[in-house]
Amino acid sequence: MSLNIIVLAKQVPDTRNVGKDAMKEDGTINRAALPAIFNPEDLNALEQALRLKDANPGSTVTLLTMGLPRASEIIREAIYRGADTGIVLTDRVLGGADTLATSYSLAQAVKKFGHYDIILGGRQAIDGDTAQVGPQIAEKLGIPQVTYAEEILDLSDGHVTVKRRLENGVETIKAPLPCVVTVNGSAAPCRPRNAMRVQKFKYAASPSEAAKLSDDRKALLEKRPYLNLQEWSASYVDADPAQIGLPGSPTKVKAIENVVFTAKESRVLDDSDAQIEDLVKELITNHTIG
Amino acid sequence: MANFYTDNPDLKHHLTHPLMEKIVALKERNYTDAEKYDYAPLNYEDAQDSYDKVLEIVGEICGDIIAPNAESVDHDGPSVADGRVTYAPATQENLDACRKAGLMGMAMPRRFGGLNFPITPYIMAADIVSRADTGFENLWGLQDCAETIYEFANEEQKERFITRVCQGETMSMDLTEPDAGSDLQSVMLKATEQPDGTWRLNGVKRFITNGDSDIHLVLARSEAGTKDGRGLSMFIYDKRDGGVNVRRIENKMGIKGSPTCELTYKNAKAELCGNRRMGLIKYVMALMNGARLGIAAQSVGVSELAYREALAYARDRKQFGKAIIEFPAVYEMLSVMKAKLDASRSLLYECARFVDVYKIYDDIAKERTLTPEERKESKHYSRLADALTPLAKGMGSEYCNQNAYDCIQVHGGSGFMKDYACERLYRDARITSIYEGTTQLQVVAAIRHVTTGTYLNLIHDYQATEVRPELQSIKDRLASMTETYAKAVEAVTAVEDQAYADFMARRLVEMAGVTVMSYLLLLDANRNDSFTRSLEVYVNLAEAEVNKHSGFIASFRPEEVATYKVD
Repeated sequence: MSLNIIVLAKQVPDTRNVGKDAMKEDGTINRAALPAIFNPEDLNALEQALRLKDANPGSTVTLLTMGLPRASEIIREAIYRGADTGIVLTDRVLGGADTLATSYSLAQAVKKFGHYDIILGGRQAIDGDTAQVGPQIAEKLGIPQVTYAEEILDLSDGHVTVKRRLENGVETIKAPLPCVVTVNGSAAPCRPRNAMRVQKFKYAASPSEAAKLSDDRKALLEKRPYLNLQEWSASYVDADPAQIGLPGSPTKVKAIENVVFTAKESRVLDDSDAQIEDLVKELITNHTIG
Repeated sequence: MANFYTDNPDLKHHLTHPLMEKIVALKERNYTDAEKYDYAPLNYEDAQDSYDKVLEIVGEICGDIIAPNAESVDHDGPSVADGRVTYAPATQENLDACRKAGLMGMAMPRRFGGLNFPITPYIMAADIVSRADTGFENLWGLQDCAETIYEFANEEQKERFITRVCQGETMSMDLTEPDAGSDLQSVMLKATEQPDGTWRLNGVKRFITNGDSDIHLVLARSEAGTKDGRGLSMFIYDKRDGGVNVRRIENKMGIKGSPTCELTYKNAKAELCGNRRMGLIKYVMALMNGARLGIAAQSVGVSELAYREALAYARDRKQFGKAIIEFPAVYEMLSVMKAKLDASRSLLYECARFVDVYKIYDDIAKERTLTPEERKESKHYSRLADALTPLAKGMGSEYCNQNAYDCIQVHGGSGFMKDYACERLYRDARITSIYEGTTQLQVVAAIRHVTTGTYLNLIHDYQATEVRPELQSIKDRLASMTETYAKAVEAVTAVEDQAYADFMARRLVEMAGVTVMSYLLLLDANRNDSFTRSLEVYVNLAEAEVNKHSGFIASFRPEEVATYKVD
């Protein structure tokens, strides 16, 4: 049985090795100081997709990402590891999107993609840590979702069986296809880049990259059609301008503070209702909660 | 998140040596493969970019998977049951990663599914893998047995076996027997021809690295009644046919992840590789030269790790109110370690390039007749490769042992405990100067290049290179070292006494070795200033070595050899 598998992925700043210059004065990320990487849990998702492909010859794995044109770097990275192809959803009007606008835009791209059997993605991206995009896409597509997946145990007869890693144990569940599965970091690590594929696909380029290439390299793209990566715009996926980018994003960042917890700030409360009520009120007033 | 290739800029320096342009153009037949294979390079820059990218994969797997696994592999080791070997779980994980990354059959032609890498970048991968886990380098590096199949088997066998190696099947070379170690002429394993043209093997092999591999190259006696090397042939045994079992695996001091097997052959079906009677005299010699270069790379990898471990500890460890690296006794040890590392690595890649040139010409000669100039060049490089291989293996392995020793010394008492990698490294290093021919046997292979002047001619070639003015004074010192060496050679050969010549052989070979390595570091520093410090440190060491040996030879009377003779 050959499958059409979509892997959702994101190019993120590498927040695992954050130095002093990681944040600009206005509280936004200093992207120049952090290398852009393949979101780690999306690599776990890619591995699950590639295993499905190994088990079901003839399947195709397509990486779908939304981001700047340079996000085609992670498409090449995925192809080096065994993915067949990829699509970058990129457009100025998509910029500034929160998870709601992002999931809408990606859901539109999935609809444009056509027939698919399963959508895999990482649990969450290390830049936002929301874990919202995968589930929201499932909602927008009207299909089931399985979160915290650690391993796809079986895919047959229109169903997928998934082992989920929960806080206090594991759970094995079965879901009908098509569905969205978001994969946990505890799942198997992604296989390495393959030496032959790296050599074959290293010159793969998206249209916006191709525009800047030498004539020789452009000629190579013409001669070898498989080197052409796709870029989709907002209008190509029939996205409603009001639901994308900044206009489509109800989330507004008020301020970003660098909070360092120290033991000096700790307070000991007794278990009286009055003390607890006072604390909750205080936390609501200073916007720590609520 | 470590990458053992990109964290070591010295590797790229060697990969981009000026001779590589010629090597790659020859290997790629002027880049004509690009029409047939979508992963073949378009030109030299493209090929270099591909080597770079593939070595980055090697570096990443080594840094992220193989090196972190090394401790558990050393602890768990392989096991044997019912005649079959099971690798340590982490070894299996390492192998899976290498297979998925397509790092098997790297130097094999594309028509068999290989990457068609020249020997130089392939050997660089071996250098990197060895730094991650010395014992794993054996399992991974045995892929170069495929080279022997490629050179000597028939087309149908190549197709059948090399393709499988490129897909990730492992290999072994079954040479040693209980009574045939260094002296392979005494191999007894019996090969009997069957009416259908296949053969049956019966007997025992010992000390076989990865002896439960998928595809074996076996040296066996095909000519009943013979006693010497001329009765031996090379066979290919396919594990799928059965008949070979692992009786036991050795409990070793080091490289514990690599199973060393005793094998029993019971009517094992095998097929002849190449021509009868050529097993030892031609094929094993070729196999051994490739394997020796592999051990030279393994040794450099060990030296690299030894230096890094020692450096990190010396920076970190504080005594008497400061980091111990600030004490002359410690920093001298570290700079000497680095100098030996750099010197042996330069020799390794010089040798690999020479092997590349003549092997590629050999391969081209199968397609067309070489021009007289090409034939001459091929012969020239073949001779140089033959001269440098035992030097690179012999001296590189001795240096890695010295570096592993000093690495523990820098760690002090902590280095004697099992808590640090240096203890494992010390055990792993020890085999490098023994297997694939002991250092003493490397001297036997190298000495004729001392007496026939191969080394001296090579040194004269090096001397012809103009160097930057600030390196001139070192170059002058090297010229006088060369003179001391040449005089010592003359003095020893003038005596015309075989026992005396054998007695002095190691000294002469070492003098040649340190002089050649000094020149190589000079050329490295000439091209890249980052080698200047190692050059200066190494030349001090080399000069002292040359003077020591020269002094010994000068004051030694040939009849004194008898004093050393022990009954």
